[in-house]
Amino acid sequence: MDYTPDEMMTIVAARQLTDGVSCFVGIGLPSAAANLARHLHAPESILIYESGTIGTKPVALPLSIGDEELAETSDTIVPLPEIFNYWLQGNRVDIGFLGGAQIDRFANLNSTVIGTYDNPNVRLPGAGGAPEIASMAKEVFIIMPLKKRAFVEKIDFITSAGFLEGSHSRTDLGFNGSGPSIVITDLGILRPDPESKELTLTELYPGVKEEQVQENIGWKLKIAKNVQVVEPPRDEELQKLRELKKA
Amino acid sequence: MAEIASVQEAVQTLITDHESVALEGFTHLIPQGAGHEIIRQGKKDLTLIRLTPDLIYDQLIGMGLVKKLIFSWGGNPGVGSLHRFRDAVEHQWPRELELEEHTHAGLANRYVAGASGLPFMVMKGYRGTDLLRNTKNAAVIDCPFTGEKVAAVAAINPDTTIIHAQQADRKGNVQLWGITGIQKEAAFSAKKVIVTVEEVVDKIEPRPHAVFLPSFTIDVVCKVPGGTYPSYALDYTKRDNQFYKKWDSISRDRNTFMNWMERHVLQTKNTEEFLRSLEGVVT
Repeated sequence: MDYTPDEMMTIVAARQLTDGVSCFVGIGLPSAAANLARHLHAPESILIYESGTIGTKPVALPLSIGDEELAETSDTIVPLPEIFNYWLQGNRVDIGFLGGAQIDRFANLNSTVIGTYDNPNVRLPGAGGAPEIASMAKEVFIIMPLKKRAFVEKIDFITSAGFLEGSHSRTDLGFNGSGPSIVITDLGILRPDPESKELTLTELYPGVKEEQVQENIGWKLKIAKNVQVVEPPRDEELQKLRELKKA
Repeated sequence: MAEIASVQEAVQTLITDHESVALEGFTHLIPQGAGHEIIRQGKKDLTLIRLTPDLIYDQLIGMGLVKKLIFSWGGNPGVGSLHRFRDAVEHQWPRELELEEHTHAGLANRYVAGASGLPFMVMKGYRGTDLLRNTKNAAVIDCPFTGEKVAAVAAINPDTTIIHAQQADRKGNVQLWGITGIQKEAAFSAKKVIVTVEEVVDKIEPRPHAVFLPSFTIDVVCKVPGGTYPSYALDYTKRDNQFYKKWDSISRDRNTFMNWMERHVLQTKNTEEFLRSLEGVVT
């Protein structure tokens, strides 16, 4: 079956979720990927939305984090102080699934402003739950399509900490979680170098060249020695994803 | 004891120019009807507080009634930008908008401190972000017991909190359920509380996980059926996702926005007329 780069990205993201994990899901691509995983190989995963819905099982993809579909299909609904203080800060979330407007080479994310804070060119929505998800989920997955204006050498505002300045600068702050382990794009996968924590191209999608990835990134990208090629979408993955989007 | 009154009367007596108002609701139960009444009455220089300022805040900001916004995520959920909010921040139109910005966890805990009668709450967030240096009312402190670095967020106590609920009884006790967000903390931290409801019942039947606000915690209860539109009240109304998408084009242009506000809010008397004015316009 033919597929789009967006579908490939969503399916690759869904594959990262193992069954039984608790996952704090952002709206949009993370929500599509997490629900796809739940419908395929991870039926026992617990999806948590920041509106306080825990164990949601929506049939259709929600437009917002608080659609009635989420409230009606969840195991429970808890108030916001509980979701952030007990569940997230209390170390009960395995995976945080995030996107952003800008990302840098150490996987720090910006969703606040483009330009200066006091006089921005573009005012973005802001932090929401992302800073705490980024620092407290045991592991963080990031999903963002590759664009030069999004993958930048230096982000304008650190909304959510990745590895800050790299190496051990994140662990020095004593965060609960170990930080981003993967950045899933529409052309390939970047992962932090074990030592320097700089994002490194480790996997490409079928038919994509390394140069194409570099062309869409605003810094000199590190490339792993043996870049692997990811398996293309299987028919059942594509069918389920399309069903979810149509519902 | 809560008084049962019209929302026109409640807004007139309890909302004062230059004061702070929290119209809370996290996607669900957003008190849009009360917000429209604030616009109709032209309350001025307000400081608005809310985790997720969405369409009603976009409208209040676009109408020039807001001096300052205390918030943690200012977008149209699942759709994109709030264009009136952006225009105010990027181009100071129709006026300059002062911002105080937090994370959801941070602002939620500011309400918790306010509701608990504490000066601040502690939490682990904010560290490693640029928010910390741009935001008053959040600071890193040492734990007095272990020395661990934690973030402190100052209590917030709105002059008035407005929330929407499914039900009240005739004494003014209130029950809300479904996604209850931060409404209880916002009500408990406020000096004055207005609750708009879908229905006034003789006797409240308690529901599992529901938030119950006893009459003595509330000043005024107002019956405003459909008062959350385009948000929803679980078991009473549906969220109109199409309208959220449509808001993007209504709000993008200043004139389109002003004409829409004139036609659907300023020229309508109440929520019932507002909803009727939309018939044939949306979905």
